[in-house]
Amino acid sequence: MSQNYSTPPQKPLNTAISNCPPSGIRRFFDIAQTMKDVITLGVGEPDFVTPWRIRETAIWSLERKGYTSYTSNSGLLKLRERICEHLEGRYGVKYDPVEECLITVGVSEGLDVALRVILNPGDEVIVPEPCYVSYIPCIEFAGGVPVLVKTDSEDGFRLHADRVEAAITPRTKALLIGSPANPTGATQSREDLQHLVNLANKHDFYLLSDEIYDRLTYLGEHTCMGALDGARERTIVLNGFSKAYAMTGWRVGYVCAPKAITTLMTRVHQYTMLCAPHISQVAAIEALENAEKDVQEMVFDYDRRRRIFVQGLNQIGLECYEPKGAFYAFPSIRRTGLTSEEFAEQLLMEEHVAVVPGNAFGPSGEGHIRCCYATALPLLREALERMGNFIAKRMNALPEENLSTIGKQP
Amino acid sequence: MTKKRAILKILSLDARTTPAEIALQTGLTVEQVEQTIKELETEGVIRRYKTVIDWDRLEEGRVFAFIDVSLTPARDKGFDDIAERICRYPEVHSVYLVSGSQDLRCVVEGRSIREIGDFVAQKLSQIDRVTGTNTHFLLKRYKEDGDIFVDIETDSRLRVTP
Repeated sequence: MSQNYSTPPQKPLNTAISNCPPSGIRRFFDIAQTMKDVITLGVGEPDFVTPWRIRETAIWSLERKGYTSYTSNSGLLKLRERICEHLEGRYGVKYDPVEECLITVGVSEGLDVALRVILNPGDEVIVPEPCYVSYIPCIEFAGGVPVLVKTDSEDGFRLHADRVEAAITPRTKALLIGSPANPTGATQSREDLQHLVNLANKHDFYLLSDEIYDRLTYLGEHTCMGALDGARERTIVLNGFSKAYAMTGWRVGYVCAPKAITTLMTRVHQYTMLCAPHISQVAAIEALENAEKDVQEMVFDYDRRRRIFVQGLNQIGLECYEPKGAFYAFPSIRRTGLTSEEFAEQLLMEEHVAVVPGNAFGPSGEGHIRCCYATALPLLREALERMGNFIAKRMNALPEENLSTIGKQP
Repeated sequence: MTKKRAILKILSLDARTTPAEIALQTGLTVEQVEQTIKELETEGVIRRYKTVIDWDRLEEGRVFAFIDVSLTPARDKGFDDIAERICRYPEVHSVYLVSGSQDLRCVVEGRSIREIGDFVAQKLSQIDRVTGTNTHFLLKRYKEDGDIFVDIETDSRLRVTP
């Protein structure tokens, strides 16, 4: 009888990746996915299905046109032209569709490629936190060192330039920010962003701007980083179709940056990804050309739910500052005395409402939970009721003075 | 979106939404909402508040038919006088003047096929200058006034995602 003897390899796997902890979201996913009767506020995507005109265009392109081949590495020129027209029309910033725009497999790939192009081993990237779960691992995978800058709910997670400046060292290579932000829903003002651009010029570092939620801005206007004074030549604008057009599963995004950066990014993309899915690129053209009304209707709907949900959270005693963008509320749960993970786990087990613990997004996220309000209004109301029960039970166990403030607006 | 459009949109989705709730959803004050609704009612933009009902799900039978009517137009009046006359029958839900081989398209409601048949034979076709009718009975509603009556899409999202 023959037997294959196999001993596991003794050489260690990649250190940066081995040292990276698994996503804090994973554990809740496993529990929630098997549970019945769960209302989920734990998602990071729209509840809308992609507008029909976009789906229909994709079907047509497969059925009648046979668009099943590779595209150019940079992506379909027509799509890049539409993107550059869109950015110029909307934000007044000009990019050359041929040399300064790259179609990526979502912002995720764009971010990964951008970091790889910018960083040498040991270079530092300043990241305000709480932040999107991928930022820190992607910096580490690219050989960089994340330097975290704290932001607080007390002032709406404003990114203070002086805090950023305090974090700058000779190794600082870039600043990575997302506005509107996942998980906080915070948006940074034009003035505050301009301060950051000024810092970048003063200390010579790059700006990575994740603007995937740009269209989901409910109060004030979104500012494209590349449009600010002195920003364009050192800024990489990352955006895509997932959120504004409800196209998460299509995996299509884009990067706009000066020629020198785009050229190198295209080189990485060319060898690692080849191109974004052809059919998704065709769908994205339709999105930019004809789905503006769909976007506005979805934004209107998110905004209604945002107002209802945030007021509801404050009423049940979860203090929540007003998120101005994206589709997340990030209330404080500190008064319950629970940690974020305890809160999320107990809420899921007792009331069958799934939320994401705030510490999954960085140390400053502790004491918060992320709730996505991109869910049908009746479910949102039901979730608020269940969360209200949960809070009431916890508060009854606490001393009298805590009770008196429940339900009052902060 | 303008103030008026935002309020109309919310009311078109749920006519029972209170001014206080609309104020919450839009960031307007309750007074602004009440004032705007009053204006819209006065201007005749809001005709009335109705409920979308899927009658097929109710036990009692209701039958609907689309009836195309051919007319001889009259000098000075065209089709208007006859159309207005047809509008008066309570069993008639809608009346439209349409292009094509026939002139009016009506939606008529009855308790049975027989009842609608009688209406056509004894009332509609008896009207002066009505030269012909073409009746199509409604078999199933898929979508009406923007509301889809069949469940075609479910939430396929994973429950927790970044």
